[in-house]
Amino acid sequence: MSVAAQIALIGLPNCGKTALFNRLTGSHQKVANYPGVTVERKEGQFTTTSGRDYRILDLPGTYSLKPTTLDEAVTRDIALGRFASEQRPDLIVLVADATHLPLSLRLALEVKRLGLPMVLALNMSDLAARRGFHVDRERLEQVLGIPVVEAVAVRAGGADSLITALQALPESTRSSDADTTVSAVPWAEPSNDDVRRMHEEAARLLELADYREPLRSTTVANVDRLLLHPLWGMLSLALLLFVVFQAVFSWAATPMEWIDAGVGALADAVNQMMPAGPLRSLLADGVIAGVGSVIIFLPQILILFTFILILEDSGYLPRAAYLLDRVMGSVGLSGRAFIPLLSSFACAIPGIMATRTIPHWHDRLATILVAPLMTCSARLPVYALLIAAFIPDRSLGPFNLQGVVLFGLYFAGIFSAMLVAYVIKLLTRAADAHLLVLELPDYQWPNLQSVLFGLWERARLFLQRAGGIILALVIVLWFLSTYPAPPPDATQPAIQYSFAGQLGMALAWVLGPIGFNWQIAIALIPGLAAREVAVGALGTVYALSGDDDAVSQSLASVIASDWSLATALALLAWYVFAPQCVATLAIVKRETNSWRYPLLMALYLFALAYLAAWITYRVAVTLGAG
Amino acid sequence: MSDSSVARNRSLDQLGRGERGCVVGVTAGDELSRRLLEIGFFPGAEVEVLASMWPGEDPLAVRVGGSTFALRRREAALVQIV
Repeated sequence: MSVAAQIALIGLPNCGKTALFNRLTGSHQKVANYPGVTVERKEGQFTTTSGRDYRILDLPGTYSLKPTTLDEAVTRDIALGRFASEQRPDLIVLVADATHLPLSLRLALEVKRLGLPMVLALNMSDLAARRGFHVDRERLEQVLGIPVVEAVAVRAGGADSLITALQALPESTRSSDADTTVSAVPWAEPSNDDVRRMHEEAARLLELADYREPLRSTTVANVDRLLLHPLWGMLSLALLLFVVFQAVFSWAATPMEWIDAGVGALADAVNQMMPAGPLRSLLADGVIAGVGSVIIFLPQILILFTFILILEDSGYLPRAAYLLDRVMGSVGLSGRAFIPLLSSFACAIPGIMATRTIPHWHDRLATILVAPLMTCSARLPVYALLIAAFIPDRSLGPFNLQGVVLFGLYFAGIFSAMLVAYVIKLLTRAADAHLLVLELPDYQWPNLQSVLFGLWERARLFLQRAGGIILALVIVLWFLSTYPAPPPDATQPAIQYSFAGQLGMALAWVLGPIGFNWQIAIALIPGLAAREVAVGALGTVYALSGDDDAVSQSLASVIASDWSLATALALLAWYVFAPQCVATLAIVKRETNSWRYPLLMALYLFALAYLAAWITYRVAVTLGAG
Repeated sequence: MSDSSVARNRSLDQLGRGERGCVVGVTAGDELSRRLLEIGFFPGAEVEVLASMWPGEDPLAVRVGGSTFALRRREAALVQIV
């Protein structure tokens, strides 16, 4: 019986490799991390019409087999059969962007030295032909000595000639899956002179294949002149960000209400159909309310990622990174950190996942560590409650005071992120080490199918990861706030007798100096699962009922009379740092493969939150707001 | 063509916006110089500075061999041109 041949896709960044991977495998793929490193591993499989099975690995884009980033090191090690947990590929598909043949062909010459069966796929060949590129495919095949096929990854059937070429290659020599002992490929790193010679050889082969490229379009040159301009480019970027933020907050409102209503209806149905008891409470108050409060952010995440994927497809995002490189560089971040930090305004989880696009580990780590300081949407309910209760609704010059406070809180987050990044830069002294060398790819019209595919993938990851962790947490938290049950002669609310209640009392001793009472301390505990749960928890503590919105209404007046202004301001200051988000810490653990960084993050966020709340409380008390 | 037999050797970061040049080499010994070579800054390649940011003309957007790259000044300084 023949065993599925293992194909590795290798190509330059932006060559359309992933689109080709999606075209070949459809939904038959799984995304995970390589063990021990944080590089995303995408494997899929497909069967040809003649019944041959292939397993296919989408390797990270690279310019050469000499790595400068973690991603590229994975590509080299797998191609060479040196990666411990991966078998050596049986064949290599070298994906070349037909509009960037010289660099792709140089890489092809380097990879060809490995001696593995190889097919060169000229991807985006339709686009190349439209733009005026020309190459004689058959001639290139002859002079290069390996099969060369045209491919259009974004069109149905666009990989057919690639599949035909793969089938024409000799069958895999491997006899069984267990036979992974195939020796590593003998390989010596090419010298700088070798690289230069390969460039020259690629140019010679292209000349033989009658390769011609068009002059750069003046329209594209003019668009770049505008978008890369220090002033106009920055203004365009600001305008674009404004539109994205508007969309994330305004377009998402309606679907978020639907989800909220759906979650509410589900909880009602459970309450009606099940007899009262611990199981019903666990399902309705724990699982449905807890997981529902996270799923509600899915619309915002999808809207944000729609913009990000479109911008990514169009080739604009690296240009934004170019524009911001200087600003971010001054605090030790890379311009590439812009995209993950933008995502973090919706939620730090997709933001931290997006740091995978940052090649250098130090830059990436610094970005991960400051991502939770971007004001995520889960903090809005808390801000809204406290501002409504304590900040008078009056005008301050042309502005509304409440709006100014909200803006101030967002700004405080950004400012703290810059400050923390700067401190990280001073501590690690890694500032000089990071590089830019970022390709600004040609502009392209976004492909609807690939955008939808990307959205589906993001939604799945978000629900799987965040949902899984949060589901486990809310169950634990429900137990903590329900047991032990109050004694029969209890005079206080039941929650005070529970573990969470007792913990709240104990924490009040620690949190007292920053003005927090035991009710706030209890609310901060379930707020671990998702920050906005603190609002609902305060409502429970103050023996109120109803959904979050109703609680916000009446709760505002209760806390307005129960708390001092100093306490409220201290809690706002605390929430700028809001360390208590376990889902974020869990993602950091996954992405860094270590407990060190989530612990470091929790510690520094707690320290800053405590310090900021303490200063705010003391200053407010001194000014007479105690 | 250079108007003088003595090549006016400069580095890429000394080119102004819109100026072109021809690569003669990349300063050796730096890990980065290897990457610059790989992405197309090899002897004979034509380069053009498309844009640069304020302040300090850093980073640069450079056109080389049909691709555009953003480079920091420090990175561009490794590329010798005429």
